Amino acid sequence: MSIFITLNTIGRVLTQIRHDHRSVGLLLTVPSVLLALLRYVFNDRPDIFDHVGLQLLGIFPLMSMFFVASIAMLRERTQGTLERLLSTPMHKLDLLLGYGTAFGLVAVVQATITTAVAYLLLGLKAQGSVRIVVLIAIFAAILGASTGLLTSAFANTEFQALQFAPAVLVPQILLCGLIWPREEMLPGLRAVGNLLPMTYASGALVQVGTYPHLTATAWRDMVVVLAFAIGLLVTAAATLRRRTN
Amino acid sequence: MTTALDAAITVDKLIVDRGRSRVLDEVSFTAAAGSVTGLLGPSGSGKTTLMRAIVGLQKIRSGTVSVLGLPAGTARLRYRVGYVTQDPSVFGDLTIQQNARYFAALYRTGQQAADQAVTDVGLADIKDRLVDTLSGGQHARVSLACALVARPSLLVLDEPTVGLDPVLRRDLWWQFHELAKAGTTVLISSHVMDEANRCQRLLLLREGKLLADDTPDGLRSKTGADNLEDAFLQLIVDAKVDA
Repeated sequence: MSIFITLNTIGRVLTQIRHDHRSVGLLLTVPSVLLALLRYVFNDRPDIFDHVGLQLLGIFPLMSMFFVASIAMLRERTQGTLERLLSTPMHKLDLLLGYGTAFGLVAVVQATITTAVAYLLLGLKAQGSVRIVVLIAIFAAILGASTGLLTSAFANTEFQALQFAPAVLVPQILLCGLIWPREEMLPGLRAVGNLLPMTYASGALVQVGTYPHLTATAWRDMVVVLAFAIGLLVTAAATLRRRTN
Repeated sequence: MTTALDAAITVDKLIVDRGRSRVLDEVSFTAAAGSVTGLLGPSGSGKTTLMRAIVGLQKIRSGTVSVLGLPAGTARLRYRVGYVTQDPSVFGDLTIQQNARYFAALYRTGQQAADQAVTDVGLADIKDRLVDTLSGGQHARVSLACALVARPSLLVLDEPTVGLDPVLRRDLWWQFHELAKAGTTVLISSHVMDEANRCQRLLLLREGKLLADDTPDGLRSKTGADNLEDAFLQLIVDAKVDA
């Protein structure tokens, strides 16, 4: 492993993203537009918007970084640069940490914009600190990127990679407590939800929405999200093979 | 004869299987340090697989491959071996210079090495163009530059001159010989026979078997053929008679 190579990889990935103006535009604006839409769907029920919108501040970055990361990694493989990189002194973790960090940095901008829009323009209210909301959103984005990097190892084409999105993301959305309280789910489903990382991202946000101070549960949830992100990245590195047939 | 000491590549009884088919069948040869060795054979003969084995990217069934005195694929070798794949594998959404500088960072040779490599492949004038906007030939040269930045001891090139105009091809071959004079070992594959004349040593591969390992002159005199195309045909006929 080399910090120098990882830093250069972060720079390279960010330069690639910067060259793609349309993707940058979509990444930074789509979550805000979706939140605005949600705000007017619940026009007469601002309490529901506060609850659901807050969780989506973590779930949107998770989803968008999942897509970006899985397609980016797949492209790396299909255009032959992955094999080439593995013939250089680069360590596999240099590549994946480079990707994870670069997308995390994009998420800082994305989460800041989306949270600002939610609070200032759409009137979202939460008991806890807005800084923690942004921090959780960034953690969730890194989690999304690691999940995308790992699943792209099991896809050979962009078509397959896109099929993975509903398979990997939708169960987590259903079970994380966004559309129905987890306490009222079947015990079996709750148990499955306990194993899925998105549960902890949305759980931490619910805590921040409910309590003015940072609770121990919120802390634990944030640590779990980050641990999942790192664990998935390391697993992704382990699935990359230098020697193939 | 090449001894083990001054051999940059030593391949011994290399066997590679893919599924049930045998891709390389007991291939053995050595390439001297500082030489230009041509690897010739039709499409599907196993050239790319052999090169991947030398770079350490190919799963092998049996046999040994050593490069610069170390087993192929050893971590330390990755600083010293440059590999240019058949399809240009560089980042289309970066400029020429950004590609070269990124690879120079991976090999820790620095920006000067990157800029020199871009100049060497004749792309300095358009170094700020995005690779996606380049022609096929220019694309291939960016890929070559990203291997040259490593200042490698061994340069493995898989059909690097396909689709290039004749002047550029001549210039690149001149450059390969200059690199070899400076001590770099060059292994270069081609299916164009007129390029074979530019190599010091030739390996002829067909259906995974090494048919010949000789100098261009040696091949011509051994087969009694005037040109290498005929020499290659003669060797295939001879191989069939033997079998």
